[in-house]
Amino acid sequence: MTDMADTAQMQTDVAGALRTPDGRPLKQALAQAERRAKIRAFLLVLPLLAFVLLTFIIPIGQMLSRSVLNDTFSANMPALTEWFRENPGAQPDEAAFEALVLDLRVARESRTQGAVGTRINYEVPGTRSLFTGTARRVDSLEPPFREAVLDVDENWARRDLWAAMRSAAQPVTLNFYQAAVDRKISPEGRFQRADDQSRIYVKLFIRTFLLSLVITGLCLILGFPVAHLLAVLPMRKASLLLILVLLPFWTSLLVRTTSWMVLLQGQGVINNTLVALGILSDDGRLAMMYNQTGTIIAMTHILLPFMILPLYSVMKTIPPSYARAARSLGATSWTTFRRIYVPQTVPGIGAGAILVFILAVGYYITPALVGGATGTLISNQIAFHMLSSLNWSLAAALAAMLLAAVLVLYWVYDRIVGIDNMKLG
Amino acid sequence: MSGTSVRDAFVEFERVQKSYDGETLVVKDLNLSIPKGEFLTMLGPSGSGKTTCLMMLAGFETATHGDIRLEGRPINHIPPHKRGIGMVFQNYALFPHMTIAENLSFPLEVRGMGKSEREGKIRRALDMVEMGDFGGRRPAQLSGGQQQRVALARALVFEPELVLMDEPLGALDKQLREKMQFEITHLAHNLGITTVYVTHDQTEALTMSDRVAVFNDGKIQQIAPPDELYESPQNSFVAQFIGENNTLEGTVKEIKDGVAVVELDDGELIDAKPVNVERPGDRTLVSIRPERVEFNRERLRAGVHTLKAEVAEFIYMGDIFRTRLKVAGRDDFIIKTRNAPDQRRLQPGEEIEIGWLPEDCRALDLPTR
Repeated sequence: MTDMADTAQMQTDVAGALRTPDGRPLKQALAQAERRAKIRAFLLVLPLLAFVLLTFIIPIGQMLSRSVLNDTFSANMPALTEWFRENPGAQPDEAAFEALVLDLRVARESRTQGAVGTRINYEVPGTRSLFTGTARRVDSLEPPFREAVLDVDENWARRDLWAAMRSAAQPVTLNFYQAAVDRKISPEGRFQRADDQSRIYVKLFIRTFLLSLVITGLCLILGFPVAHLLAVLPMRKASLLLILVLLPFWTSLLVRTTSWMVLLQGQGVINNTLVALGILSDDGRLAMMYNQTGTIIAMTHILLPFMILPLYSVMKTIPPSYARAARSLGATSWTTFRRIYVPQTVPGIGAGAILVFILAVGYYITPALVGGATGTLISNQIAFHMLSSLNWSLAAALAAMLLAAVLVLYWVYDRIVGIDNMKLG
Repeated sequence: MSGTSVRDAFVEFERVQKSYDGETLVVKDLNLSIPKGEFLTMLGPSGSGKTTCLMMLAGFETATHGDIRLEGRPINHIPPHKRGIGMVFQNYALFPHMTIAENLSFPLEVRGMGKSEREGKIRRALDMVEMGDFGGRRPAQLSGGQQQRVALARALVFEPELVLMDEPLGALDKQLREKMQFEITHLAHNLGITTVYVTHDQTEALTMSDRVAVFNDGKIQQIAPPDELYESPQNSFVAQFIGENNTLEGTVKEIKDGVAVVELDDGELIDAKPVNVERPGDRTLVSIRPERVEFNRERLRAGVHTLKAEVAEFIYMGDIFRTRLKVAGRDDFIIKTRNAPDQRRLQPGEEIEIGWLPEDCRALDLPTR
């Protein structure tokens, strides 16, 4: 009896770590026993891991690097870049202009003068033509180059232009982030606010976050009762209602947005009905589109299911006995709602709110179609820089800031509500 | 059959009916009076209407017809939060986002009670259920039995005169359940509160209650103290629902001197006490408790009818022996004997004769099937 107990018992070595009867450390034995299962589990998630890496991590990394890395100037204007490196802080001399002419000659042959001009144009508006125009005549220029270049265009003497070129010569730059927060470096090297008319991004960021907050709030107010109804209705009716909630998901986003346009426009269904009923005069038609109202209405509708579903999944798990218990303890229905029901739905409110808010902050199609001038969001500006102005670095900087802001909000949410409290369904 | 007419009833149901769909009645013409301080249990199978009655009393369901009175006042139209009735729910319904102390504080806060007064009452209530050290914990950190105690304390903390309990011990294991049965009964009697307790567990009903109302089919089948209910069931439903029972079908042959002679379907005769059979020729279901059957010939009263039986199975259960017999063409006749030193252990296949005192065997109505 004692012998058996001894052999069956785990042996303990000097350090106090457990060992198996044949003397191997227990941890090692455990790792070996579970290795196969772990490898199998890893192989199962491998495809998804590869997919996420390829389609999510790498593009985001690229975007982030593009926002600080732009070698258009340094790659295409090597001589001038070299001069900037050798003469820190110096004003352009003859050598600098010689380097400029040399670079422009090469650029003309490889047809990159436009790209370089565009790069400097980001910093000093209206200078793209300076590069393309000068490059056309660069072959005929003779020394002394300073006079010759200034002869072609006296704008080449501008100090802000040379400051811009100097900063563009560095491939790693924070210029785009400066631009994204409406700041610029003055020719004297001071950090200052951009001119009034080019100060748009901060305002747009603020508008984006404010509108997203309003949309999230509206989704919560509208979605809460619906989710509650879904949770308390008998199964058959609830699933019918759930289909109605999910119906928008099965319709194209574009179709939903354009149908809002049909409803909201000046000659649209709502205005026509109100005029026909005599509530509005014909000249008093409401402007519900191409402004913030349009963006709010359409986006609230589109994002509503993202609020309802997490709320519903949480509410379904709250047994009605809690409300009954509260009532039997003497609470009015309002107190019961406020102190017993709502606190228990917080995980759903948190999940729904953060989902809707993050989606709203990055929303693009709907504000582009119904937003007009005052209802567009930062995403529309990002798209503009991606598709029209081709300033990808600025687009990347704006997107990175959006990403950072969302991550900060996520962190704040975690501190206040707790991520593990969130229930997405 | 009907509620006893108690003067100064504390809780009173008068001709109460309840229907959920307008087609069928869940509660049919319920009359019930509960005097102050009584521990009344509503016992019945699921769907018998007992929980509906409790919910009507609590105010979560409205009676379709009839009056429910509390201290003589009709309460049909008083919302639940103004009734001042404590309630313990099946799954305790402790608010998960509040600590134990906050849970207990809730009913006092909604009554606008001051902080110091609240704290005193919470302390007393928690001490009462021996949970004084748990005030700062969350419900999820407690075991089922502890949650049960807290739920009880919360239902009592605002000092209601009436407490309703809806199968409160259903989720506990057997040992804990028995302990809590004992504690709840003691607490209720010590505080002098009136308790209405709903359960489908007949042992629970018998051990805890002053009176038990047996529900079936939306009606009270019998309302009586536990011993009376067990020993003198008024109809075949009660007899079969409470405790274990042997039943035999037959026809009444004669009724004389308070003893009915019943002819079983295979022609054998037995003695029984007529309960709700009236005249010879009535079909009847006779019921006899397994522990009242005697097979020791010397202990049987002379002159009583006996039945031939064959032992089918002997089961040793520790404190008792349970023997299954073949009697009158059926093989599910059970007798229970105490495991005493002189007790004989019957062997399967053994032929014996069984009998009983006529008053232990009750001739009841034959349930319609």
